[in-house]
Amino acid sequence: MTAEAAVKYVTEIPEEEVKRVSAWINTEEYKEKNFARQALVINPPHACQPLGAELAAHGFEGTLPFVHGSQGCASYYRSTFNRHFREPAPAVSDSMTEDGAVFGGQNNLHEALENAYTIYKPKMMAVFTSCMPEVIGDDLTAFIKNARNKGIVPQDYPLPYANTPSFNGSHVHGYDAMLLSILQSLTEGKKVEGRCTGKLNLIPGFDCNTGNYREYKRILKEFGIPYTLLADISDTFDSPLDGTYRPYPGGTKLEDAADSINGKATLTVAPFSSAKTFTWIKDNYSGTHVSLPTPFGVAKTDALLLKLSELFGKPVPASLKAERGYAVDAMTDAHQYIHGKKFALYGDPDYLIGYVSFLLEMGAKPYHILCSKGNKKVEKELQALLDSSPDGKGCNIYMGKDLWHMRSLLMTDPVDAMIGDTHGKFAARDAGIPLFRFGFPVFDRVNLHRSPLIGYQGAINMLTAICNKFIEIRDETCEDRHFEMMR
Amino acid sequence: MSEAPIKKVEGITKESTQAMIDHALEIYPEKAKKKRAPHLAPNEGEGACVKSNRKTVPGIMSARGCAYAGAKGVVWGPIRDMVHVSHGPVGCGWYSWGTRRNLVTGVNGVSQFAMQFTSDFQEKDIVYGGDKKLKTLLAEAHDLFPLAKGISVLSECPVGLIGDDINSVAKVASQELEIPVIPCNCEGFRGVSQSLGHHISNDTIRDHIIGTREFAEPETPYDIALIGDYNIGGDVWSVKPLLEEIGLNVKAVWTGDGELEKIAATHKVKLNLIHCYRSMNYMCRVMEEKYGIPWLEFNFFGPTKIRESLRKIAEYFDDNIKEKVEKAIAKYDPIMQAVIDEYRPRLEGKKVMLYVGGLRPRHTVNAYADLGMTVVGSGYEFAHGDDYERTSVEMPEATVIYDDASEHELEQFVDELRPDLIGSGIKEKYLFQKMGIPFRQMHSWDYSGPYHAYNGFPIFARDVDMAVNSPTWKLVKAPF
Repeated sequence: MTAEAAVKYVTEIPEEEVKRVSAWINTEEYKEKNFARQALVINPPHACQPLGAELAAHGFEGTLPFVHGSQGCASYYRSTFNRHFREPAPAVSDSMTEDGAVFGGQNNLHEALENAYTIYKPKMMAVFTSCMPEVIGDDLTAFIKNARNKGIVPQDYPLPYANTPSFNGSHVHGYDAMLLSILQSLTEGKKVEGRCTGKLNLIPGFDCNTGNYREYKRILKEFGIPYTLLADISDTFDSPLDGTYRPYPGGTKLEDAADSINGKATLTVAPFSSAKTFTWIKDNYSGTHVSLPTPFGVAKTDALLLKLSELFGKPVPASLKAERGYAVDAMTDAHQYIHGKKFALYGDPDYLIGYVSFLLEMGAKPYHILCSKGNKKVEKELQALLDSSPDGKGCNIYMGKDLWHMRSLLMTDPVDAMIGDTHGKFAARDAGIPLFRFGFPVFDRVNLHRSPLIGYQGAINMLTAICNKFIEIRDETCEDRHFEMMR
Repeated sequence: MSEAPIKKVEGITKESTQAMIDHALEIYPEKAKKKRAPHLAPNEGEGACVKSNRKTVPGIMSARGCAYAGAKGVVWGPIRDMVHVSHGPVGCGWYSWGTRRNLVTGVNGVSQFAMQFTSDFQEKDIVYGGDKKLKTLLAEAHDLFPLAKGISVLSECPVGLIGDDINSVAKVASQELEIPVIPCNCEGFRGVSQSLGHHISNDTIRDHIIGTREFAEPETPYDIALIGDYNIGGDVWSVKPLLEEIGLNVKAVWTGDGELEKIAATHKVKLNLIHCYRSMNYMCRVMEEKYGIPWLEFNFFGPTKIRESLRKIAEYFDDNIKEKVEKAIAKYDPIMQAVIDEYRPRLEGKKVMLYVGGLRPRHTVNAYADLGMTVVGSGYEFAHGDDYERTSVEMPEATVIYDDASEHELEQFVDELRPDLIGSGIKEKYLFQKMGIPFRQMHSWDYSGPYHAYNGFPIFARDVDMAVNSPTWKLVKAPF
């Protein structure tokens, strides 16, 4: 019997080995090895394009998101939204299988369009792709045209479609691609020379906080500015429980979206998750076009209000000015609990820039900033923010890294807290620090998506969550003799 | 406490159920109607009354997943001491990261690897192929996670479409890294549902894992393996102690909180006990044919079925085990009776509808009966004919059976039958709650559990009661 053929027995990993490696993965040496990775991605905090495309689709009235590809993809996207919002997320797929790989996906697409149109009676179906049709090179333009010509859907039925390959970009890019296609489709032929709706088109971008949408709307109401949100997921993903199931409980009205091309102004507050859409809007929409960072914190909210005031020739309402004062009051009252604290951050570019901006306003340090999917422009903006404040000194930006890199950072160069989404909870636990779930998705806490993060109210909300957690930690961990009535 | 199966439900006849089905199908285009009709039927009490394991009708809003989901989420993911690489673009691995609740023992990133490992395919990988990247990342994984006992490579759609050869990359890496690197061609476009992913994974275990290890301890006549328990919410940690209490040695678990080398040595056990028949019957058959190991299906939901199953298990062993089984039953019966006494009065006569996966649409029917509840409709996302044969005998006469039900069909059935509880998945949960109908996720135990075995039943009963009798349901209708 050769050595190779000898019986191999079941082995147990010795306890000491587990202890040794547990300590080793926290070292500088391991961090270097970890950061030297070329191919393996571990715990990336971003998903693929079609997920974002589905979110954009959910933001329009009566719209059924439609996945051209494998049915498993659709189930994955839907469950992600179900878990985050704890709400229904109806969407269909055309269930492509092996034969689709051979013959292309047109038959599946057409059969699915007919079925979904008849059964679920959507006012619009927003088609986007997962991997399979992208790899085999399905010609969506031709397929959709053929569907109309065959009478599967009426000639004028809105059927926007977007190529959202999962091997390119992340969910925010898919959001952008779908939103662009929806707007192109709905506004086609709707531009009227000289017409102005007098309205603001506001693009919140890939944002899964329904509270944020309601906050934008409230701010605009305070101003008395008529608006169209492009796209509004707030009622889709926060709908009443009253005994009736409504598959399409909300979304931007299709006619409003169509008329948005004649708007007075179009403002994106998510430059990175609506980049392509905004570029197209600049070339095609009437009125003024403005891009502002997501209004996290006071300064960025100020910028939003000033811009609104300027665009519509209205003064900032006294109510909002008072709100600013409440926020500054709250921040001043609480600054001592957050000043100088170090934070690790990860998330989508627009949110990340928001976190950094807010933390710097509080005198906190956005110490490890990790962006798993972002371009040079994102990095430049983050760096500019850091450079704008003494508290940005010594803080670092990590582009294209994942949460296993983040773990190494937390263990070798510790911080006080982390801001991100649920996926960071393992790293936070290992590092023994709190994780503030301001990002997407949140699978393990309830109702956070109802609490706005943008605007002055959002600043108060973030501040309250952060400071009270730090105080709670002190209460839970201090010696008895330091356990006090007041904090 | 012995609960005879409920065979009749007042008001439900073959005709009433068929009329309900016909009504649900009315809205469908002709072709879809023709395709869907054979998948919906009144229960006939024996045999498979519906067609199953067929392609999903495009556009009907199916709840099904894909072969990758069946492979990564169900079979491989729970093996705790392996690195499972989602090979392809970033999404699939991200969606299936921690979303099944297959709990594991060990230190995360050190001795257990419940994480998201991906090759994160970019455009260039699609164009030039991902084999080189795979080779590099396997070495990196071994380097960064030295205690991992092996690596699985789980293909996502593009890998099969661009013609990568993960099998030869894995073979070479296996030799170079001196750990098993297991290629699994489970691209999502294969087959019609998760089910093929289970089958492909079973075949992969057959081809690459089984028989490659042996247990170090001497064999005993009581060596068994627990197959098809994925430790959702800690189910295995409830089942294993019970099997040990009746004198059996649980040598391996497939695959909940599973260990690669123990799975590899399972050909040495004396009996395979299988819980989820759908996902693991293939390997039970392989082990039976190749190694002569008998296998037995059992059901550990609710005291009636647990008792029945324990006695069936005892039949395979000597008086020593039989005595221990009777002792265990005598010990737990009064405890279970106390649970029933507490909850049954609050649940008696309530109606339940189920729509789940693997085994639960039939296995839990009697657990509800233990609580005085009747299942009035049941179905599976990805079952085959043999699952429906096993279901028809559990379900009351003429109740509706549905295969790969669409959201529309479920909504229609629920609207008609107005159950007091629905047990299904996350995609269905909020829809039915909006309708004001109590709901429990029955894939994930709704973030609770375990539900298996004697430790699980009190939790199951509490959760069912909590859902059905939550005072929040009284607030649904506004007074104005």
